[in-house]
Amino acid sequence: MEGSFGSDFGSSGGGKLDPGLIMEQVKVQIAVANAQELLQRMTDKCFRKCIGKPGGSLDNSEQKCIAMCMDRYMDAWNTVSRAYNSRLQRERANM
Amino acid sequence: MDSPSSSSAAGLGTVDPQLQHFIEVETQKQRFQQLVHQMTELCWEKCMDKPGPKLDSRAEACFVNCVERFIDTSQFILNRLEQTQKSKPVFSESLSD
Repeated sequence: MEGSFGSDFGSSGGGKLDPGLIMEQVKVQIAVANAQELLQRMTDKCFRKCIGKPGGSLDNSEQKCIAMCMDRYMDAWNTVSRAYNSRLQRERANM
Repeated sequence: MDSPSSSSAAGLGTVDPQLQHFIEVETQKQRFQQLVHQMTELCWEKCMDKPGPKLDSRAEACFVNCVERFIDTSQFILNRLEQTQKSKPVFSESLSD
């Protein structure tokens, strides 16, 4: 994919905007935003679960906890996503 | 008007139908994603004790139930609000307040 990420929205330099390229760039930005959202909430939850009284550094048990917590949070996210999707399909089928 | 793929987005009042459709689809997808984020956060509080080596079946079932009950709650609230609005309007449209 061509270099510019933020400024040049699919313009070939001639001033004409290419919808295809715009859409691709927007999709990427949406994906980035979702990843950031996920990371932010995961960090919040795993900090709460794994860090008691904050010490001078993250000890081994805390690190192990955080690592497991990350995986479990992803599992949870996927489970919720599947369950929600199923529910939506069921609702549509009942309409 | 030009063919959809070549219309400039700078045109006043005319939106490329391809972009329009794209916006609608992506908006829908984002609504879904946002709700998944929100429900994961809420249900984590209700269903997770200590993070273990894997998501056990009880926790998994809890998450599924949690999603279903959340949607039920949302629908319940909308339905009841619709009913109570008919008799005792909460959101008044009258100018005098």
